[in-house]
Amino acid sequence: MDTIGLYRTTVGKKVVMAVTGAGLLLYVVVHMLGNLTVFSGAEAINGYGRWLREIGVVWPTRVALLVCVTLHFVAAYQLTAKARKARGRYQHRRRVQGSYAARTMRWGGVIIALFVVYHLLDLTVGWLNPNGVPGEIHANVVADFRHWYVVLAYSVAVLALGFHIRHGVWSATQTLGVTTSRVIGLAVAVAICAGFLSVPFAVFTGLVS
Amino acid sequence: MKLTLRIWRQSGATGRLVEYVVDDLSPDMSFLEALDVLNERLITTGQEPVAFDHDCREGICGMCGMMINGMAHGPERATTACQLHLRHFRDGDVVTVEPWRAEPFPVVRDLVVDRSAFDRIVAAGGYISVPTGSAPDAHATPVPKPDADTAFEAAACIGCGACVAACPNGSAMLFTAAKATHLGVLPQGQPERYSRARDMVAEHDAAGFGGCTNTGECTSACPKGIPLTTIARLNADLLRAHTTRSDR
Repeated sequence: MDTIGLYRTTVGKKVVMAVTGAGLLLYVVVHMLGNLTVFSGAEAINGYGRWLREIGVVWPTRVALLVCVTLHFVAAYQLTAKARKARGRYQHRRRVQGSYAARTMRWGGVIIALFVVYHLLDLTVGWLNPNGVPGEIHANVVADFRHWYVVLAYSVAVLALGFHIRHGVWSATQTLGVTTSRVIGLAVAVAICAGFLSVPFAVFTGLVS
Repeated sequence: MKLTLRIWRQSGATGRLVEYVVDDLSPDMSFLEALDVLNERLITTGQEPVAFDHDCREGICGMCGMMINGMAHGPERATTACQLHLRHFRDGDVVTVEPWRAEPFPVVRDLVVDRSAFDRIVAAGGYISVPTGSAPDAHATPVPKPDADTAFEAAACIGCGACVAACPNGSAMLFTAAKATHLGVLPQGQPERYSRARDMVAEHDAAGFGGCTNTGECTSACPKGIPLTTIARLNADLLRAHTTRSDR
């Protein structure tokens, strides 16, 4: 296996993005399903959080995510730099085909990364959380999403993630050599957006308190 | 009918859009014939005619190509600039005409760009190695019909460069994938199938083209409708080339 030779090509860099993207997507799905335990009451989600620590998956997951994000970002940066140099600059140019999701992959990715920083400071470290007590997951979540501006920030980020996933799933399969239907990416994105958005809106509307 | 053409004029390192009002056009003329009418007028008034590439004027040679109102080969789908008729424009329209723009396609003059980067990609692997001699019997090598159809669809690529011109990344992946697919699905192309993918992609990258983001602008711009599935197929071959020990 010629890993270095493969990575030297634009396709090889995209393969790295596809594989790390798949890893990050797997995490996002598990995270989203975990969030849904909030609908079973305070003890369910707090207990789920304790259980994750007890079985010792927290730090290995964090390390794996950091590796994936770093590789994903480095490859994206290198590809963006090459594309910027390669593409032509027109006086007059009309887009014919590219979807909004496809066009916003790069800046969308940056927005998601910035949101993750805020999200960690909010619900992992607790500094930016109105309650901010580690372990009191339910109380922290409820304290957050009573505020419309927190709901708005999370909604924007989740939608950005949804667009990123919509094009990412399709593009990753293309890169790995299989053409799939674009509908699959859309379905995954809609399911993830619905799952993530259900929590802030449930708190905001008083369904979860 | 009358058109106002804003055409990119360039003879040195930089250029600019120059506006020409062209009268006496017929809706049945092709877009290139409108440029011919303009050029005849420019020549008779002692001005330099607009340089543009063209040859067969029936949509099969791949020589012509320009950005017409910001779209490669103009607004009609699956149509080259030579087959684009003026009836698709309205009388009095203002039409902006620019050359293909991409780092590996330097402008030679006006609307003419140097596309020899495409030749280098083909030279890197867009061929099969066979002993030449008398032509083999037509049915000596059976080809399954679906493979023949896939190969023919890809072989329809005329190498005009519209895919690169339309790509937001300046990528020539659709061109490279069309050439690799055309040969890679046929029995005669099997011996060099994986080295072909490896070498053509390496040359594609070395020529300065960007990476593909599967946006799909290329396939919309392509006058021959080469599908994006060719790119996935090339990617699969490239992965195989780099993950097996074969040196072929």
